[in-house]
Amino acid sequence: MFYRETGQFKSKYKEELAAFPLAEDKVGIIILLVIAYVFIPIFGIPGLPFEFTMGAIMIPVFIFTITTLGLNILLGFAGQISLGTGAFMGVGAYSCYKIMTIFPDLNIIICVILSGLVTAVVGMIFGLPSLKIKGFYLIVATLAAQFFLEWAFIRVAWLYNYNDSGGIEGTNKEMFGLIVSGPQSDALTRYFIVLTLLVLLTWLASNVIRGRIGRSWMMIRDMDIAAELIGVRPLTAKLSAFAFSSFYIGISGALMVFFWLGAAEVESFDVSHSFTYLFMVIIGGLGSITGSYMGAALVWVIPVLIKEIGKTVFGFDAFIMENFSIIFLGVAIVVILIVEPHGLARLWQITKQKLRLWPFPY
Amino acid sequence: MEILYAIFIAPFVEMGSYPDLFIQALWDGFVAGTLYGLIALGFVLIFKASGVFNFSQPILVVLAALSLVSFYKMGIPAWISVILVLIMFYVLAWLVERLILRQLVNQDGNILFMSTIGLTFIIIGAAQWIFGGVPNAMIVNELGFPSGSLEWPIFGGGVYFEMIDVSAAVIAVIMIVILAVFFSKTKIGRGLRAVADDHQAALSVGISLNQIWVIVWFVAGIVALVTGIFWGARSDVSFALQIIGFKALPVLIIGGFTSIQGAIIGGLIIGLGEKIFEIYWGPLLGSGVEGWFAYVIALVFLLYRPQGLFGDKLIERV
Repeated sequence: MFYRETGQFKSKYKEELAAFPLAEDKVGIIILLVIAYVFIPIFGIPGLPFEFTMGAIMIPVFIFTITTLGLNILLGFAGQISLGTGAFMGVGAYSCYKIMTIFPDLNIIICVILSGLVTAVVGMIFGLPSLKIKGFYLIVATLAAQFFLEWAFIRVAWLYNYNDSGGIEGTNKEMFGLIVSGPQSDALTRYFIVLTLLVLLTWLASNVIRGRIGRSWMMIRDMDIAAELIGVRPLTAKLSAFAFSSFYIGISGALMVFFWLGAAEVESFDVSHSFTYLFMVIIGGLGSITGSYMGAALVWVIPVLIKEIGKTVFGFDAFIMENFSIIFLGVAIVVILIVEPHGLARLWQITKQKLRLWPFPY
Repeated sequence: MEILYAIFIAPFVEMGSYPDLFIQALWDGFVAGTLYGLIALGFVLIFKASGVFNFSQPILVVLAALSLVSFYKMGIPAWISVILVLIMFYVLAWLVERLILRQLVNQDGNILFMSTIGLTFIIIGAAQWIFGGVPNAMIVNELGFPSGSLEWPIFGGGVYFEMIDVSAAVIAVIMIVILAVFFSKTKIGRGLRAVADDHQAALSVGISLNQIWVIVWFVAGIVALVTGIFWGARSDVSFALQIIGFKALPVLIIGGFTSIQGAIIGGLIIGLGEKIFEIYWGPLLGSGVEGWFAYVIALVFLLYRPQGLFGDKLIERV
């Protein structure tokens, strides 16, 4: 009833190609931003404790959305499958830690972005095999990256400044007189920083994808030989996809350690996490930015809620709930693949299509 | 200069001066390689017959070993536990076909692959729930496998062959022979190959796809059980076995996705390669290189032979 394109005329190509051609979509985005920036910081999510909302739901979901965006760029838009996401997040986290120890006075946001650039370089190096191999074979190349990097995080003591624990941990960092990171920082401050970065990165991703580079990725994804024949360079297209995706993943890794967990060890970056991020992309929908949001939110929030409800309402112990949430995740993947192989994003698109005609579909 | 010496000369000098240790390393690598090959065999069987890249093969290995040990602990005699596990795998194969594969007929290979990742998670959760996540010792002696070790005195030292490793190698060989015969001589085997070649053509001559899938998943389950018993004997039975299972991927790369003998030869290359590298070159990098060296071997192979040693040649058309 409210979602209509009737009467919205376009007189320029530019308007046709706008990110949100419908006025309703623009309003929707603004409402979402207002909710994220005003409503949630003030009221939290109704029915849930505020600290829990921030620490266990909002901040991790935003961080994982950045990860999912990164992986979706690689898998959904450029068609290069990767199981090294966990380790690339580790590269982001460890390099951010090193940059912070080498330049202690540098602004933490700059550290995070620099660590994203470092990860981009590492990602490009491990993306080199993709020029020669593809499909399932590429999984092996990225698993090589995953296990090699995990090994390096343990063996190369320089990465964690030779400390005894073998992990990295954040210290208090100030910005404009506010403590923004580290043990004493306020959850709300961290929330705003993560949210702002997420919004900026989403804006960047959507524009890059709609632009020349993004279109070359999609051509490579759809049929690489044909793309090569009509003048897309596989070298630049594939490596730029790896670099861009790793940039996002690196940033999310740095954010995860310094704006959410506070400290991390190798276990936070192992191969099982790579799978979780892959699920976020699949469940959300390959090749969709909206899908990245939905996938990250669903895959992260539902197990957390299941565990919380099982603990507080039914009194099950943590072990059972842990396993139950793993099973649930597996079932969710299979069901979504059967019902709609293109993920939640496609379901959302179908809903929108129906809304246009609702309530008189004929 | 010193570093060059340490890389190119010192390891060979060491091999030459302690030949018994070298032979021991070869044997260990050989056994590990056989077992990698067995895991890869499970992948190959399913890929050959249905074109599904079955990511849950490593977890099937864990499930087999774990349920076997758990049944035994419940007081069921060892061999009856084996039969119970086989029945369980038949039911599982049937369920997988009925609930997952049948629903995904005609979907893209990627989607099928991802659905097996989902299956992996379901099995992990269920197995941890039912059997618990505590590492157990494998019931090797109860199954009647010989224990102890043989010593072969040579070059002034000695090489030890664990009896369980010897039996693993023997059983692996027997199983490969049986599978090769099964695939080439029996009616079901011909059906499997027909399905692998072309689903529709196979259907049109009256081969039941669904039945073939159940059979091939069941056979993969049997392979998983054998692998599980022998891996479980080498290290404890726990979910860490799954990480070892991932090593089957580089094996597949080297051997090719569709070749049974390729799986075994690939396994041997990986097993021997990583063992020798770990012992003679590992100390240069700090220990633990076994975790990733297999993937590096596979990468090097990929750059020269993307279809694997025995894989079908890739022909691409636009």
